Amino acid sequence: MNIAEIRAQFPILHQEINGHPLVYLDSAATSQKPRAVIEAVKKYYEWDNANVHRGVHTLGARATEAYEQARIKVAQFINAKSENEIVFTRGTTTAINLVASSYARANLKPGDEIVITPMEHHSNLIPWQMAAQATGAVLKYIPLQPDGTISLADVEATITPATKMISITYISNVLGVINPIKEIAAIAHRNGAKICVDGAQSTPHIPVDVQALNVDFYALSGHKMCAPTGIGALYGKKALLESMEPIEFGGEMIDFVELQSSTFKEAPWKFEGGTPIISGAVGLAAAIDFLNEIGMENIAKHDRQLSNYAMDRLSEVDDVIIYGPRNDRGGLITFNLSDVHPHDLSTVLDAEGVAIRAGHHCCQPLMRWLKASATARASFYLYNTEADVDAFIRALHTAKEYFGHAVG
Amino acid sequence: MQLDDLYRRVIMDHYKKPHNQGQMEDGSVSVDLNNPTCGDRISLQLRVVENVVTNAKFSGEGCSISMSSASMMTDAIKGKSLQEALALADGFSRLMRGEAVEFEYEDIEALSGVNKFPARIKCATLAWNALKKSVLQLNPEAASSYGSGSNDN
Ligand SMILES: Cc1ncc(COP(=O)(O)O)c(C=O)c1O
Repeated sequence: MNIAEIRAQFPILHQEINGHPLVYLDSAATSQKPRAVIEAVKKYYEWDNANVHRGVHTLGARATEAYEQARIKVAQFINAKSENEIVFTRGTTTAINLVASSYARANLKPGDEIVITPMEHHSNLIPWQMAAQATGAVLKYIPLQPDGTISLADVEATITPATKMISITYISNVLGVINPIKEIAAIAHRNGAKICVDGAQSTPHIPVDVQALNVDFYALSGHKMCAPTGIGALYGKKALLESMEPIEFGGEMIDFVELQSSTFKEAPWKFEGGTPIISGAVGLAAAIDFLNEIGMENIAKHDRQLSNYAMDRLSEVDDVIIYGPRNDRGGLITFNLSDVHPHDLSTVLDAEGVAIRAGHHCCQPLMRWLKASATARASFYLYNTEADVDAFIRALHTAKEYFGHAVG
Repeated sequence: MQLDDLYRRVIMDHYKKPHNQGQMEDGSVSVDLNNPTCGDRISLQLRVVENVVTNAKFSGEGCSISMSSASMMTDAIKGKSLQEALALADGFSRLMRGEAVEFEYEDIEALSGVNKFPARIKCATLAWNALKKSVLQLNPEAASSYGSGSNDN
């Protein structure tokens, strides 16, 4: 993997921020976009743009072809059995909401259990709270170990025959924890429950095989994997998607419309009411080609090495608190510098050209568990280098000096 | 970007040793406000006697900007009528929009630099929004005369 060549393909990285070269360490929030993706979207608008599944004309056929080809790309990327198991959505949030609003509400009754964990992003937490409130189901949490991981013994203890749904993130956007999805799926199925996986952080960073994991639903966001914002996908096993009712009604998703009632298309199209984000799907397909060319195994290895390097360097800095496990983690590190609030830290780092995230990362229950009102997070992707980590550590020292001085 | 414009000495002094931190037994109103995008949180208590703020206390968590702003705000409104307190909040909003505004309690002017850091304006206004909400609860009419019921960001 030649990082210099990869970096050359990301136009945005080659700029100065406040007089310093940009060091972008916020890819867990959203990734930057390679030229191939930007060009694919541009080409779509300059040559192929039309509405899908409607016109008979050439452009309509080309747009539809591009949109459906993107569905095939996504299916192959996560090894779904068929492209008909891929519903295009706005992102992970919309994908999980679809499962919670359609599947869960139709299949849960009072006394049933939904199981999640305290490390979930709000988008994999609030939809389940709402589903529980609407159906009378109970929302249960698998407890976290002191290092933020979960143990399979606790998974076994939490999931019972009353559990109908477990929804869990593959990689935590705060702790970097990589959850043992395959093992959890087996426990869920043994108890007759379905498993839904939040793949927002895993899909961009590690090879994903939904059949090998044997998950029932899997949600992903394009924008975290080099694609544009506004496009994502829900994978669902064919029989499950077929059994589900749409939650949005209108154009594109119908079969016959009568005055009093209508019939709908088959899955996945019945879930895609209205004109979809066609350019987004085109961009997502280009992003998948781009990632495949580099190889997901290579990307995973690179992220891991960089995160280990950053962990070593960060551990050398005095007064740093690091959250989450030390090993076997995704490419991000959440931390705090004692006596410097993460907002202040982020502002000082920004003055040095270093972009990190500060705040609660859409994980308020997890922040409470960590006993931190806010944290800072540096996250890495295929275009980051050890030099980026070095610049980050230098900026941390500057922040320490600045605040030591300013406060002292 | 001039960090020193943002982190002025007075601000850091208030951050390190906040004034009016804590709680009171005899408060007339208490408002909790948070900034959902970043997790900053303030709990503001006012004691108001005959339309005058006789005491103000706050507790909360946040960055140097939000906590120093709360410290200064609670200093500035003591002894003021609810209308005067709202006028101060209004002045603070204008300060955040980049207008030159003078305050009797001069420390507040040190926060003018926040204007150049748009991402941080929400930190500075949190305490002032809690103040507006408190006044609104105590005296809706006082608030409507300033049209200050809404939150500035
Ligand atoms: C773990 C995790 N889940 C879900 C989401 C939500 O993704 P989106 O905002 O793209 O719907 C994110 C992104 O912020 C995330 O990190």
